[in-house]
Parts: sequence; structure tokens; C-alpha cells
Amino acid sequence: MEEKRIKVLIAKPGLDGHDRGAKVIALALKEAGMEVIYSGLHKTVDQIVNMAIQEDVDVIGLSIMSGAHIPITKKLMEKLKDMGIQDKKVFVGGVIPSKDIPKLKEMGVEGVFPGGTPIEEAIAAIKASVKK
Amino acid sequence: MSTARYIKNEKDQILDVILESGIHIKPVYTPKDLEEIGFSYEEDLNDPGKYPFTRGIHPLGYRSRAWTTRQYTGFGTPKETNERFKFMISHGQTGLNVAFDLPTQMGYDSDDPMAEGEVGRVGMAVDTIRDFEIAFEGIQLDRIGVGLTINAVASIILAMFQATAEKYGYDPKTISATPQNDILKEMIGRGAWIFPVEHAVRLIGDIIEYSMKVMPKTNPVSVCGYHIRESGATPAQEIAYAFLIAFAYIDNVRERGYDPDDFVGGFTFNFNVFGNIWEQVAKFRAARKLWAKLLRERYGVKKERNLFLRGIFGGGGYGLTKAQPENNIVRGAYYALVAALSGAQTTALCSYDEAYTIPTPHSALISLRTLQILMDEMGLRDTVDPLAGSYFIETLTKQMEEKILEEMEKIEKYGGIVKAVSEGYIQRMLARQAYEIERGIERGELLKVGVNIYVEGEPKEVELHEYNEESARLQIESLREIKRTRSQSKVKKALNELERATREGKNVMPYLLDCCKAYCTLGEMTNVFREIFGEFEEPSLF
Repeated sequence: MEEKRIKVLIAKPGLDGHDRGAKVIALALKEAGMEVIYSGLHKTVDQIVNMAIQEDVDVIGLSIMSGAHIPITKKLMEKLKDMGIQDKKVFVGGVIPSKDIPKLKEMGVEGVFPGGTPIEEAIAAIKASVKK
Repeated sequence: MSTARYIKNEKDQILDVILESGIHIKPVYTPKDLEEIGFSYEEDLNDPGKYPFTRGIHPLGYRSRAWTTRQYTGFGTPKETNERFKFMISHGQTGLNVAFDLPTQMGYDSDDPMAEGEVGRVGMAVDTIRDFEIAFEGIQLDRIGVGLTINAVASIILAMFQATAEKYGYDPKTISATPQNDILKEMIGRGAWIFPVEHAVRLIGDIIEYSMKVMPKTNPVSVCGYHIRESGATPAQEIAYAFLIAFAYIDNVRERGYDPDDFVGGFTFNFNVFGNIWEQVAKFRAARKLWAKLLRERYGVKKERNLFLRGIFGGGGYGLTKAQPENNIVRGAYYALVAALSGAQTTALCSYDEAYTIPTPHSALISLRTLQILMDEMGLRDTVDPLAGSYFIETLTKQMEEKILEEMEKIEKYGGIVKAVSEGYIQRMLARQAYEIERGIERGELLKVGVNIYVEGEPKEVELHEYNEESARLQIESLREIKRTRSQSKVKKALNELERATREGKNVMPYLLDCCKAYCTLGEMTNVFREIFGEFEEPSLF
């Protein structure tokens, strides 16, 4: 049986405009056979959640380089919960100090990819999470 | 990180080296190479300080003046930033470069819901002129040049800077500010854009036009190949796109009836220093030569000093790694060497902890000391353009010149830089290149010490700058206090006049100056523009 194609939203929440990492991961996931939607810059959490619902994605990948990953991710996870959407796997990538990784996971984030994470590792983690 | 590609045999002997710009390096260079490229001392180099300035814009280089050191600085409240400015100056820093937080860069006040979680995080928070008064308190604005890393709202921030300088009793003619003010590169990389291209470029033109009359010592534009390179561009593309962007701004001001000789002297550049050492040095030498030649040929610029390519060569952010962070100190030293060998007027380094967060005073000071060691201990001030005449460097410089021209031509064939940026042509190409680079690192074709070679286990945590949420609270409190106590009628009047002038296509700068003096907020002024201009529509990635 053919595997279902994984659908991913790569999103840039907040005001940070550094998008090299987001674009690279978007291209890599596409190359790996996933269907990828890229949000573009400066999106609010509400816009991202709406996009995820409309496109019915399996995975939301947040790319945050400004250091605001804790408040932004918290807001997104709460919003998903409020709307009763808990089937979407959330990943966070960017400039993330190691000490913040447990905090993000406690919020319900599936995986964290700090700068320097090999692309293959990210692809494998996303694939594994959707199969769960 | 090695950026060149190396073809090796099984004994690890190098068979070929291919630089990012596509040039192959030979194992040995001889006088024959210079002959083959038709090298002429007078035409290709000439003495330092003489056209085409390949060897530098000053006859005596660093002998007459060492470079300006200008670490990117700013965080939290204006008071904290002011203290850090004074700390850096007290340790021998000779220029300032202000980092603004993201709400400021995007035109939101600190109390705006869009600013939540970001106030004072990656730079200093600014809402009104009061913040500038605090940030520049006790700093001699007629003595020290101030870089303002601001783009979409550069007009507002420059007006605020002028208003502050005037309030402290300085004649605007004596102050030397360098607002970054390069919006097209924000659309290619970095992403702090707000308004659509046409309106955004008009604001840049307004700043240039206004500066030449009111603040002649101010450099109204710093065109940034830097961020274009950070986004995945080759060194040749970095220079090529920066030049095309500069031409787009020149054209805007020229269409207003000015002779380029009246204003191009104020243009400066910001270029990157990571990558293959030879390719970078050749890049800078070729860029200096080409800028002078192109200004003469395309714009008929006559005055010699207007042909100078002046700039900050530094940073190197993409070359740094999160793994084994102390290695970044060493990388920084080599990047600084590149800048010095290339004749940079101004320099700064990314600090070793910037793959984690913004720098601590400790890491910022290490960067500054790295620059000082090079100038004061190692002999980089001894003679101008020390690599001149090298068979290799001169051949490579000439080849880089050709590559830069080729890259410019490709964009001009596409329909020009404005079209290429508006339609996302360049952004898509650079994203693809960035992706190929990541793949190259993962396959081990591009070597990165600590990442894919000489790897150590778990990355060590370093002492990091901690974001202080209290700063955000204080900033919002101070903004509310100003909003309560300012004259509402003056605010309203100034904003109304700004709106009218913007709609009528007048130069907005004098109106912004009035707004700043009336304590209008950055967000209020930006909203006037947002209403009239709308927002840039980001082209699609795929």
C-alpha cells in the first residue's frame, strides 16, 4: 500500500525575518517527498493555525531565530488546544538554547531542531511522528 | 566553513579547487598568468588613492587612519543600551552601530499586541524621541559616527536621531549617522520589510535627498551585500546585487533632478567576510574597482571622492557554528584579517555566542579586542594593500571582476533588480543555493570544523545573554507615561501634516522631524505610511 504523503506547514511566526533556515527545511522536506506549504514572513499565531486548518496539514514547523520561541510556541499550543486541534505535530527550529528544549517539549512540542541539526535527522523525526 | 569545493584523490591530495563564484584555483601562479589576463598596473591597480582604487581609497591606507570599530550593540531599554555603548567606547571602540528590537524594525510600538514577547529582545526598544535622548545621553554625536541598523522605518529613525542631536545642541551638519536604509536587500534576506517596493524605494530617495541638504556628513544608505550573502549568495552575487540595488536608489534620486555627483559620495556598503580567504580579498578589491568604473561609465560621476567604495566589511555570521562555540573566536580573527587585507574603512565581528543569542559584554569585548590586536600588534597598518602584485591575487581579482559583471548582467537580462526582487526570482535562487550548501555540508563536501569534521559529543553550553522581561515592562510603562503627558493637539497636527505630505508625494523627512519633536510614536508614524502605502506582498518560495 502506498504511504500517505505527509503535509507540512513551515511557518515564520512573529516579526523575525531570518528565513534561510525555514526555506532550506521547506525545500528539503519537499525533496523528501512531503507536501510543503511555506507561510511567508511575519505571521501571527492565529494566521498560522488557520493556515494549518485550511490546508489540513499533518505537521506544523515553526522557525524562530529571535529568541522569542517560548512565548510564541506557548501561544500556538494554547490556540491549538482551544480549538480542539491536537492531531497536528508541532516542531520548532531556529536559535534555540539547549535549556529551552525541555520547556518546549513540556508544552507538547514533538521535536526541536536547533541550528546545526542535520536535515536528515529532521526528516526522520517528522516521518516518525506522523506514523505514531 | 570551507566554502570552496575540493576535488581530492585517495591520498587527500588536492586536484582542483572551485570557488563559490565558479573560479578554479591553480596550484601555482606565475608572471605568465598576469600576461594571460592582460594585467596592467595603471589600469587594473594604480597607486592607492588613485582611480580605479583597487588598492584602496586612501593613499596611505591604515597609516593615516586605522579602521573604525563598530560592534552591533543594543538590547532592552535605551538606558541599558546607553550603558553598553559607553562600556564599548570606554574599551576603545571608535564607532557605534545600534541594534533595534524587532518591533522597532517593523514599526510597532512596544505596547502593540504584535510586539508581545519581542520588546528589547534582539535590540533596543524605541517608541519615541525620549528613548533616543536616553540612549545617546553623554555620547558626543559630533565626534562619533553612529550606524543605525534600520531599514523599513529608516526615515522615522533618522528623523528621531536628528531631533535628538538638535535637542542636545548639535548642528545637524556636524553629525555623522549611517542609517542602513536598504530595503531591497531586506526583501532578499533578513525580512524586515513593511511597504511595497515602489513606496519603500521612494522613502529611501527622500532620505538621500534630505540628507545631502540638511545632514551632509550623514551617509544616507548602507547597501548590504552582507545579508544577501547570508541568504545563500556567492561572493560575486553579493557584490553584483548590492551594486544593482545601489543603482536603483541612485536612479530614484536622479529622477528628482539631481546629479549623481551631488549625492553618491554618501553611499556606503556593508559586505560579508566569511568564506575562502582569497576569494574574499579578491572580491573586495574587484568591488572597489568596479564601483568606481561603473559610476563613471553609467552615471558620469566626475568627482574622484564620489567614486570611493567605502564600507563596513565584517560580521561573518553564517560562517560561525553552534558546535564548539569558542572556535568562533578564532574564525572571527581570520575574518578580521580578511577585512584588514581588503582595506575596510570600518569593521565589526559577530561574537562567538551569536549562534545562541545576542552577545554578552564579555563576548562583545572579545570581538573588539580581536580587531584591536590585528591593528595594534600584528602590523596590518604598516603598508597599504600588502597583497598587491601577487600573481595569484591579481589574477583572482580580475576574474572576480568578470564574475561580478556576469552576475549583474543575468539580473539585468531578467528585467532588473526591482523586478527580480518583487517577483522573488533572486529569493528562490538563493534559497536553492542555501539548500545545496546545507546538502554539501551534510555530504561532507564542504568542511565545517566541529560540525562534520573533528566533531565532539554534546555541545558545551556557554554563558549567554539573558532576556530580561522586566525591561519590556519598563519600556511599556515609559511609553504610556509619554502618551499621557504629551500635547495631544501637537501630536494630531504633526501626524495630519505627515499624512498630507506623504499623499502629496513631498519629501517626508521635515514632517517626520516635526512628528518626532511632538513625541509622536514610531508606531503612529508608521501607521500613517501603512495606511497610504499598504504592505509588501512576499513572493512565493516555490
